Amino acid sequence: MSTFDDPFDAGRNLGAGCVCGQHRSAREHEQATALRCDPVESEEKRYEGVVASAVMRAMFPQDAARRAFLKSVGASTALAALSQFFPLKTATEVFAQTGTPEKKDLKVGFIPITCATPIIMAAPLGFYAKHGLNVEVVKTAGWAVIRDKTINKEYDAAHMLAPMPIAISLGLGANAIPFAVPAIENINGQGIVLASKHKDKRDPKDWKGMKFAIPFDYSMHNYLLRYYLAEHGLDPDTDVQLRSVPPPEMVANLRADNIDGFLAPDNICQRAIYDGVGFMHLLSKEIWDGHPCCSFAASREFITTAPNSFAALTRAIVDATAYASKAENRKQIAEAIAPANYINAPVTVLEQVLTGTYADGLGGVKTDAKRVDFDPFPWQSFAVWMLTQMKRWGQIKGDVDYKAVAEQVYLATDTKKLMTEMGLSPPASSYKSFAVMGKTFDPAKPEDYVASFKIRKAS
Amino acid sequence: MTSSLRLRAGLVSIVLLAAFLGVWHLATRSTSATTTMSPEYAKLMGLTATQGKSAMPGPLDVGAKLWEHLRRPFYDNGPNDKGLGIQLGYSIARVGLGYLLAVLVAIPLGFLIGMSPLLSKALDPFIQVLKPISPLAWMPLALYTIKDSSISAIFVIFICSIWPMLLNTVFGVASVRKEWINVARTLEVGTVRRAFTVILPAAAPTILTGMRISIGIAWLVIVAAEMLVGGTGIGYFVWNEWNNLSITNVIIAILLIGIVGMLLDQILARFTRMVTFPE
Repeated sequence: MSTFDDPFDAGRNLGAGCVCGQHRSAREHEQATALRCDPVESEEKRYEGVVASAVMRAMFPQDAARRAFLKSVGASTALAALSQFFPLKTATEVFAQTGTPEKKDLKVGFIPITCATPIIMAAPLGFYAKHGLNVEVVKTAGWAVIRDKTINKEYDAAHMLAPMPIAISLGLGANAIPFAVPAIENINGQGIVLASKHKDKRDPKDWKGMKFAIPFDYSMHNYLLRYYLAEHGLDPDTDVQLRSVPPPEMVANLRADNIDGFLAPDNICQRAIYDGVGFMHLLSKEIWDGHPCCSFAASREFITTAPNSFAALTRAIVDATAYASKAENRKQIAEAIAPANYINAPVTVLEQVLTGTYADGLGGVKTDAKRVDFDPFPWQSFAVWMLTQMKRWGQIKGDVDYKAVAEQVYLATDTKKLMTEMGLSPPASSYKSFAVMGKTFDPAKPEDYVASFKIRKAS
Repeated sequence: MTSSLRLRAGLVSIVLLAAFLGVWHLATRSTSATTTMSPEYAKLMGLTATQGKSAMPGPLDVGAKLWEHLRRPFYDNGPNDKGLGIQLGYSIARVGLGYLLAVLVAIPLGFLIGMSPLLSKALDPFIQVLKPISPLAWMPLALYTIKDSSISAIFVIFICSIWPMLLNTVFGVASVRKEWINVARTLEVGTVRRAFTVILPAAAPTILTGMRISIGIAWLVIVAAEMLVGGTGIGYFVWNEWNNLSITNVIIAILLIGIVGMLLDQILARFTRMVTFPE
């Protein structure tokens, strides 16, 4: 069940598919019917709603039991009954006021790609201000620079690729400095783009000898592309060439025929199509639906020295993420983040990425509302998966304490607490199983998972 | 005669410019759309794909955009989007600071080294190794050790612009004509006075030439450094517009970088003429 679903909805379908049976999932159904469109809602009302939801969920942790209860008494009666013995009003007030931030003027670095949407939009749409912060979002030239500037404390927190905080904490490619991830930025939202001349080479088996660009070595892009190639029998280390290329240079390189394709963050993928140099081979969601991509990261030091600022910042990000997860807000967001001060890209491109109705570069218009989505919960199983891939491709050697690293870097417990305070319902466990290209990943058995791959770097 | 030569040179310059702009314009004209696509699809695509518009902007596009920039050079739309005037101001301030520091270190140091043949020989290998290092190579090291990106940028300008000045100062001081020093010695002029009244004026043209080379290098370096650290400056502007694949703005930036570089060079050239003396 997604974080932002309404627990008071008795009709919400619990399995796959939707209530009316005409849509693939409950979410698509909701988008089609657009019943939950609630644009002008007062702040207090919204908080009250989330607090009530949290209580409701706490009382009936089982979805099925809650539904039975709601069905028998109705949502409004249930709410009234709840407030009888739980001080909803007080809880809402407590939720709305929190400790004063130690530091109000903060700097947050970002890379101009749509993955950073919650971090960026929180500035023009006022989410930082709402949580009592004055945040300057600073555009940064590349992943290595954003890492160094965050380590140097020029930035209080930053947008990083999901594996980066793990790599920094482990001291891979940098000095070991404990970093933490309180929130994931986006899920999905990447894609494999090939140069237009490869229109007929849609089978990865024909890709031997091609050159591909990825944004950074410690990126989901790297791991997903390697995974995808390996599943199709190509060894990414010997059969193809993988190059670390900063995203903006990817389109230029594709045009100049220096690379054959890339697995890149969005607005870059769509930009290549928009400029007529490539086509969308595959959305990353087709490799792993719901994969994390970028994260919101801060150093442990910042978290311990300014806990209230950190909490307010995380709250603002989670709040913005919740807003961005609603399909009806996406157009407004695209317009807010397009100017030169933020992403600096044509609005049409951003709209195609965020709304999921896009030109595929082959003459067709495709629709996939989940092309990119936003869900802040830092699943520790995500971190374990990334560690298994780091191990698989030789980025880390020797024994890895998967669980310890994941729990140290991905702050699921703190996020859970914060989300509960905010009235959102965090998942009960911090580990979940998921499938990547049909292969199920069990976070409890990472070693077996690594060993199960035929193609990997010999260690 | 000279005035007619100048007139003719000017005429040739204008003809060359016009020819260049003409060829540029013709080379970047739109070709008609090559493929037909559904209007729904076309709406989602850029002009390059739909109307066969060249990815390279023509001189008219650049001119229009340049006019737009020149009309409001000092706008400020937040930390990541400022007018060209402000960006150039940041760059010039950074270059000025790094360059000034380099002058303050290079000239006294070069003077001392130049006056001692032993030191001059001993330090030469180090200087020769450090001289050709690119600013981009210094940057990661600077960011890592200094831990501040704006100081790092200034440091990189400093370290890249110091060598030509240092070498020229050493050379200028070392090659002051022996006769003049001997004359000063016979007249029993003290070391300090000799340095300021004989060696400095004699070496000044060479030192100034070194400074002129250095300001050129400093201006070259700033663009690379700002592209890397980002934030502000003309280098950041180039990077930001590259991000947006806006070649028009990149061309405008190139033009401005060239003009400012030329102005800086001309200023130093004027100083050089002031200290040059006939032998």
